[in-house]
Amino acid sequence: MKDWRYWLSAQQGTLTAVAIFVVMFVIYTANHPAGFTANVVQTAANKGVLLAFVAMAQTLVVITAGIDLSVGMILLLTNCLASWIVIGTPLETAMGVIAVLLVGALCGAINGAIVIYGRLQPIVTTIATGAVYFGIALLLRPFPGGSVNEDLADALTGRLFGVIPSSLVALAGVVLVVWIPYSRSVYGRAAYAAGSSETAAYMSGMPIRRGKFLSYTLGGLIAAVGGLFLTFFTYTGDAALASGNAYTLFSIAAVVLGGVSLFGGKGSAIGAIFGALAFRTIGDLLFVFDFDPIWQPLFQGLILLVAVSLGAIGLVRVRNRLEWFL
Amino acid sequence: MTERMPSFVRRLDRAVVIAFACIVLLLILGSLYSSSFLSPEYLLQQLKVASFLGVIATGMMLVILLGQIDLSVPWAVSTGAMMACAAAAYGDVGAAFAIPFGILCGVAIGVVNGLGVAYLRIPSMIMTLATNAVAQGAMVVYTGGFSPQDSATGAMRFLATGSIIPGIPNVVIIWALVGAGMVFVLTRTSFGRCVYGIGNRERAAYLSGINTRRIVMIAFAVAGGLSALGGILLAGYASKAAQSMGDAYLLPAIAAVVLGGTSIIGGRGSYLGTIAGVILITLLQSILSVMQMPEAGRQIIYGLVIIVMLLLYGRTAAER
Repeated sequence: MKDWRYWLSAQQGTLTAVAIFVVMFVIYTANHPAGFTANVVQTAANKGVLLAFVAMAQTLVVITAGIDLSVGMILLLTNCLASWIVIGTPLETAMGVIAVLLVGALCGAINGAIVIYGRLQPIVTTIATGAVYFGIALLLRPFPGGSVNEDLADALTGRLFGVIPSSLVALAGVVLVVWIPYSRSVYGRAAYAAGSSETAAYMSGMPIRRGKFLSYTLGGLIAAVGGLFLTFFTYTGDAALASGNAYTLFSIAAVVLGGVSLFGGKGSAIGAIFGALAFRTIGDLLFVFDFDPIWQPLFQGLILLVAVSLGAIGLVRVRNRLEWFL
Repeated sequence: MTERMPSFVRRLDRAVVIAFACIVLLLILGSLYSSSFLSPEYLLQQLKVASFLGVIATGMMLVILLGQIDLSVPWAVSTGAMMACAAAAYGDVGAAFAIPFGILCGVAIGVVNGLGVAYLRIPSMIMTLATNAVAQGAMVVYTGGFSPQDSATGAMRFLATGSIIPGIPNVVIIWALVGAGMVFVLTRTSFGRCVYGIGNRERAAYLSGINTRRIVMIAFAVAGGLSALGGILLAGYASKAAQSMGDAYLLPAIAAVVLGGTSIIGGRGSYLGTIAGVILITLLQSILSVMQMPEAGRQIIYGLVIIVMLLLYGRTAAER
């Protein structure tokens, strides 16, 4: 029974991400003027959860050896949509939430359909669909504005029992409802297999196309959950190009920090979530150390550069130089 | 049917033909809207606007031919522009070295990209994103978060707005020179053949005795330098550098290269296609803005055009 070894090597990236996050968060709270209190955790959770959702969405696509450069734009689009329709009576609000989620899933499904059935490269496809989604977001909200059901928003961004941040509970909920069933289903395994080696997956008779399609669609759905939460935090819809691009960029960074291989077939959404939380904490570290905020972008960039370079350590172990070239 | 066509037609890529056909179509559609679309002044103006994108897309094409991508274009452009303007603030000596210094900063960004991609084997998408973030951070620290105060030198303004040969703007000449250089390198030098070889299969290129890592490194350095050159020209055009001046050039540069028939997975593509792609993108943007299409509509049409055109000819071969 050496099963645990396989489990360990499969979860290596995820466990590293958890470790990085724990270390960073301990440094953060230890130096925070208020210390480790429910308030500090809630603020950190609310900031981190948004990126965690986007990173999760990115993971689902990256696992299939694709990439979704429109994920930030889906976030903006669903944010702008939510600022129109997630309001009113509880029933209307519920319908609005469902509609927003469906639109997100539709965006993901369109990406998937073009990539899989249109046989275009994911990079270019999602750049182009991202432009379309951003255009639609801009149509919905040419200027920042709108509103949201504030009872729901406060409930989901506040604290449960006065201690646990409810946004973290929602994140765990999405993991339980979407990620775990997906990663254990045949389609989820097919997506992993296709990302690892499409030919081998085909030879084994895996439902590659449906697996990949499901990944893209669920990616859009989770990005829409992120869009909903963005609306809950800000109470408005805002189609800001820079923020959409930043979310896309940070999602890739979070995925890499979370141990998900950009070549596909390796990693998990759990790792990406911790990668996202770690990335956010690193960004906030400067504040607790009283640095000028002007240094934040450079600091974040350098951390990213160092983090991705550390991934190159594996090269030292390569015995055959041909393995450099995938 | 194909055999009867003259050889130079047969050698043309289908993508290049479609791209040029779309340019003609756009011009015809534009001329239906307003007759000034076919005037020499308008066309020359478009060629001038296209030249900035053309210079940047040239570097992007070199990297895409390798099967990599350069997402550090936005801040390589801005860094080139801001550093050249910053050098201009140091008197006459600074002004004389402004342009080389700006390009050198771009090359430095490219070298870091190349080191990461070629030697550390980091996926180019994440490596160039990281250097982009670092360049942005460095520029934010340098300017203190405000728009930079230095202005462009006379030489930069002359290159961007003047014209040595009457009637032909200098930027167009620069693009032509850069383009001619790239065509020469790609078709007449062993470096160019190596680029195509690596793009097709790096492993095979390595086994053929090519120092693939050095080639990839040089390609990224050249791309960084060309992005910076584009930024310097843009700064000369606007008389000063701006924080986010490069943001508007990343996606159009990739789109132009890909619409021109260069395969995004590398190894295939011609510079003629990139020229067509650059002009196509520039014309599309110009016509949409002349028609006073709001930004939202422009983004949607822009995205749809890229997808539709790629579905026409950019599809990868059906597997199995």
